[in-house]
Amino acid sequence: MGWYNKRLAKSLWVFHVSASPCNNCDIEILDLLTPRYDVERFGVKLVGSVRHADVLLVTGIINDKVAPYVRRVYEQAPKPVFVVGVGTCPISGCCFKESYNAHHGGEAVIPIDLYIAGCPPKPEAMIDAVVKLVGVLNG
Amino acid sequence: MSARLLFDLFVFPGVLFTAVLGLMAGWLDRKVSARFQFRVGPPLFQNFNDFFKLLGKETTLVKEGVHWLFIVAPLAAFAMLSLVATIVGTALFFGRSAGGDLIVVMYLLMLYTVMVVLGGGSTGNVYSSLGAGREVKLLLADELPFILICLVPIIRSGYQLKLSAILAHQSEHGLVVGSVGGALAFIVGLLVIQAKMALPPFHIPEAETELVAGPFTEYSGPLLGFWKLNQFMMYVVMPFLLILLFWGGFRLDGLGILWTVLKYVLIVVVMIIVKNTNPRLRTDTALAFFWKYASPLALAAVVLAVFGV
Repeated sequence: MGWYNKRLAKSLWVFHVSASPCNNCDIEILDLLTPRYDVERFGVKLVGSVRHADVLLVTGIINDKVAPYVRRVYEQAPKPVFVVGVGTCPISGCCFKESYNAHHGGEAVIPIDLYIAGCPPKPEAMIDAVVKLVGVLNG
Repeated sequence: MSARLLFDLFVFPGVLFTAVLGLMAGWLDRKVSARFQFRVGPPLFQNFNDFFKLLGKETTLVKEGVHWLFIVAPLAAFAMLSLVATIVGTALFFGRSAGGDLIVVMYLLMLYTVMVVLGGGSTGNVYSSLGAGREVKLLLADELPFILICLVPIIRSGYQLKLSAILAHQSEHGLVVGSVGGALAFIVGLLVIQAKMALPPFHIPEAETELVAGPFTEYSGPLLGFWKLNQFMMYVVMPFLLILLFWGGFRLDGLGILWTVLKYVLIVVVMIIVKNTNPRLRTDTALAFFWKYASPLALAAVVLAVFGV
């Protein structure tokens, strides 16, 4: 599987799962695709359909209303698929952790492979995370 | 004899050559598009990585869909394009027609679009069905000017349908694009192949901001890989067809090779520039464009060709 993992590492197609965020992380994710950061250098591409995805970028506290749908989107994605939690929200709930409809972290809904901390994380941090994921895949 | 046919179909002008060249042309497209937006763009073998990655992913069949059609459509479309690539390629490189003339090429290219429609319609997904419907409308729009421009080289070469005969006539009596009618038809042809490949400004079926990914929304894994490969193979088949019909084919000796590469790259780059500088048209604007402006131009080219101008 080493050869296949190397191909996978060089072509991670990203699907953006917006799970009740405050939109701050989403804007930072869009920054990644702009000329300044341009993640297409690493073969990363933003796709519109979850069937094409290799990586799910989950932003936001996954609250009670959206949790079943996030679960369904995860099940619809063709495996192997990786889940990246962007921002502090999927880790701990950030400033929304006292909210009445907050789950206790994203792990309760879907298995998250990688967390990027920050509120919001800088695009440099996200690129670092992508490079780390690629490094794990390359062994 | 049959060994040569198999070689034609699977190796040189057929599957392997067209796929590799198409994936490289797809890289050129992505790189030039990236430079248009002041980005760096993907590395050289990006499309190969994408294709091999998709081969190893999971394939999901939709419960409401028609499963056999869902699976057959991309593979059938791949077969159609391989056949067209073989027919056009053997005429261009070896000067012989491997079992087909221009009628077969036009028919297979139309059938490719029909396969996209069937594949998109078989998934049971709303976005796919909408995309398939729009693909039909785009086919209605671009088929008429496409047939008309294909008539021009037929008429100029003395009503011959064989691709090798069209090429031979051009090498004796001058290029089709050298005449007024031929030049007109060539310009219309550039726009028509843009629509046939569903590239911007005619990416109405796949409008990613409205329809997710159009007919390909539900496709995943190897089947999606084959659709992507088909789209990249179109980057070879369509420019080759235009070069064959209007621009005198290829010369593969000495400086001719450079001129050959230049012709191909020029057509691809013109397509990429048009793609990057135009926003998406509405369905009705695209129909109006092809029926009100492109078709009369192509008809004028046919009339000019009949009078020998």
